[in-house]
Amino acid sequence: MKIRSQVAMVLNLDKCIGCHTCSVTCKNVWTSREGMEYAWFNNVESKPGIGYPKDWENQNKWKGGWVRNSDGSIRPRIGGKFRVLANIFANPDLPEIDDYYEPFDFDYQHLHTAPEVAHQPTARPRSVITGKRMEKIEWGPNWEEILGGEFIKRRKDKNFDNIQADIYGQYENTFMMYLPRLCEHCLNPTCAAACPSGAIYKREEDGIVLIDQDKCRGWRMCISGCPYKKIYYNWKSGKSEKCIFCYPRIEAGMPTVCSETCVGRIRYLGVLLYDADKIHEVASTPNEHDLYPKQLAMFLDPNDPKVIAQARKDGIADSVITAAQKSPVYKLAVDWKLALPLHPEYRTLPMVWYVPPLSPIQNAAESGKIGMNGVLPDVDSLRIPLRYLANLLTAGDEKPVKLALKRLLAMRVYKRAQQVDGIEDLTALQDVGLSQAQAEEMYRYLAIADYEDRFVIPTAHREEAMSDAFAERNGCGFSFGSGCSGDDSANMFGGKKHTKREVMKTVQVWED
Amino acid sequence: MSNFNLLLFGVYPYIALAICLIGSWARFDWSQYTWRAGSSQMLDGKGMRMASNLFHVGIIFVLAGHFVGLLTPHALYHHVISTEHKQLLAMVSGGVFGVLCLIGLIMLIKRRLNNPRIRATSSTSDIMILFVLLAQLILGLLTIVASTQHLDGSVMVMLGDWAQSVVTLQPLKAAQAIAPVGIIYKLHVFLGVTLFVLFPFTRLVHIVSAPIWYLGRRYQIVRQKG
Repeated sequence: MKIRSQVAMVLNLDKCIGCHTCSVTCKNVWTSREGMEYAWFNNVESKPGIGYPKDWENQNKWKGGWVRNSDGSIRPRIGGKFRVLANIFANPDLPEIDDYYEPFDFDYQHLHTAPEVAHQPTARPRSVITGKRMEKIEWGPNWEEILGGEFIKRRKDKNFDNIQADIYGQYENTFMMYLPRLCEHCLNPTCAAACPSGAIYKREEDGIVLIDQDKCRGWRMCISGCPYKKIYYNWKSGKSEKCIFCYPRIEAGMPTVCSETCVGRIRYLGVLLYDADKIHEVASTPNEHDLYPKQLAMFLDPNDPKVIAQARKDGIADSVITAAQKSPVYKLAVDWKLALPLHPEYRTLPMVWYVPPLSPIQNAAESGKIGMNGVLPDVDSLRIPLRYLANLLTAGDEKPVKLALKRLLAMRVYKRAQQVDGIEDLTALQDVGLSQAQAEEMYRYLAIADYEDRFVIPTAHREEAMSDAFAERNGCGFSFGSGCSGDDSANMFGGKKHTKREVMKTVQVWED
Repeated sequence: MSNFNLLLFGVYPYIALAICLIGSWARFDWSQYTWRAGSSQMLDGKGMRMASNLFHVGIIFVLAGHFVGLLTPHALYHHVISTEHKQLLAMVSGGVFGVLCLIGLIMLIKRRLNNPRIRATSSTSDIMILFVLLAQLILGLLTIVASTQHLDGSVMVMLGDWAQSVVTLQPLKAAQAIAPVGIIYKLHVFLGVTLFVLFPFTRLVHIVSAPIWYLGRRYQIVRQKG
């Protein structure tokens, strides 16, 4: 056994209101540069829908993730190493900018400078790639927001596989949910496996997957490798970039920007200890339905003395072990089995998990009474089809989704009886195998969701990372790979300024 | 032998090689963030599979041919092939791959100039290097035409002597060896040497990053703290 630790995330979809605050704060901090306008390290999709980039879940088209060979080994779906190198001059599985959207800005300055004319001046769109006028915006980062567009287009959602989807196009049967997405910081990332330069790596101490911007040569295989399409090619720098899990904040014990600013308090960050020796075995599990339970079994009980002893031996700091014992992610995923991985069938062992959303009871509208299963409403009559959630979260296995939804419902039934009727009724809890203490804790974490409960992040022991702290004095901190000299020295070698827009200047007229 | 000839073919190659080596080292060390292939496929991939593959496969074979052809000592290849046959082999293989490369390169130039997205995001150096390569490629193909006039391999031997003298640090001998060859060869050699000068300052640097060692590495990379 080799124990490693990871700062993992859980998103409680039951509480997501689709406000996009996570996406916007993330963009403001990390991707508001030329070359990255189209890229959203975090985005929120309305489901059902084909998402961003278009149809990202369709791996027959994009070839992301891993496939299991007949001999039991796994290889990236884009191909083995020879095929990856053979495609290096022109990658046949690469999304183009129109699969995301052509980023645009508006001629706001025209509103200030327009002469007196008969009609009110307007701010017309302009491409931030070509700098030219866009007569019509065809697609955007969230074009399907709240079921925008015709059903026939959203019908292509891959999660409708094995579902008689056409009835969900009818007004009475329609359903929707939000899906905030970011890099999954997988245990078995295909992006890293597909990188010809070996620039993508996982950090041992917190599991964050990063692209070494100096080592990246822009061979763009990671973009195809990642099944979540969460690696973006920066056309200005010629390098790929991805969600960095706000590692400078995580190292300081602070939550990521998306988590910190989430107004619905849906995000949880906590440490998971896992057995790194099992990664390959679990990722190559024959049956896709077993990927979720097997990954769950990789997470180790941080209160087990044997695990603690082994973790110490593997160099995990006591502060990290303590954080793991208080980890909200461990509670949600392992204790309560509420959180589920996103598309485990990609075999990347993702580490950003989701609590499935409850939805209105479908039958109530039709028959005037709610289908009951004992004291609990029947989860099969929820408006969002169970099968849809199962295709999204458990490779099509409905049982874990059903359990999670029933537990969410049971907690509500129990708390309602307690707080409204003044009765301590445990029957609902017993049905789903929850103790009263567990239900009370679930209530605290899910409904109250205090900051201190949601985010339990140990500070990184950077002092141990450097042999000579004195040598680090006067360091230049974050830079674009040109040491302390800033951007200017890079220009001799074709480096471009990151603080300056070269293609489009409309928004900075007053600066020139 | 004129001093001009000595300057261009005896001295200039060393200046070019020095700029290439020191410049690349400096760029790698100071500004590795700028070291990339500079792909624009993501902005528009139409026709890229054809154009880019033709160009790259062509130029890789052409460059490998030059390397082997120019630097293999005459005594060594005589065990396998005669001078005349070697020239014929060079003309045919170089011609085939040169034409493939030329087709790809013209497609790439057309794309870079005509596609609004690619044009807007191109740097001057991106466009310049394509035209330098085009000029060099056309000169190279013209040398094949010129070579049909003397199939005895004598010019090829002179060019081989030049290259081998340059790498064995004999500038005088190098300049002497190349002095009698035709102007078309000299232009081709001069521009070829100039490519070494341009190398560290353009996207050409991605050539030395060809990720062949990917084949030997394990799939996952985990970095420890520090």
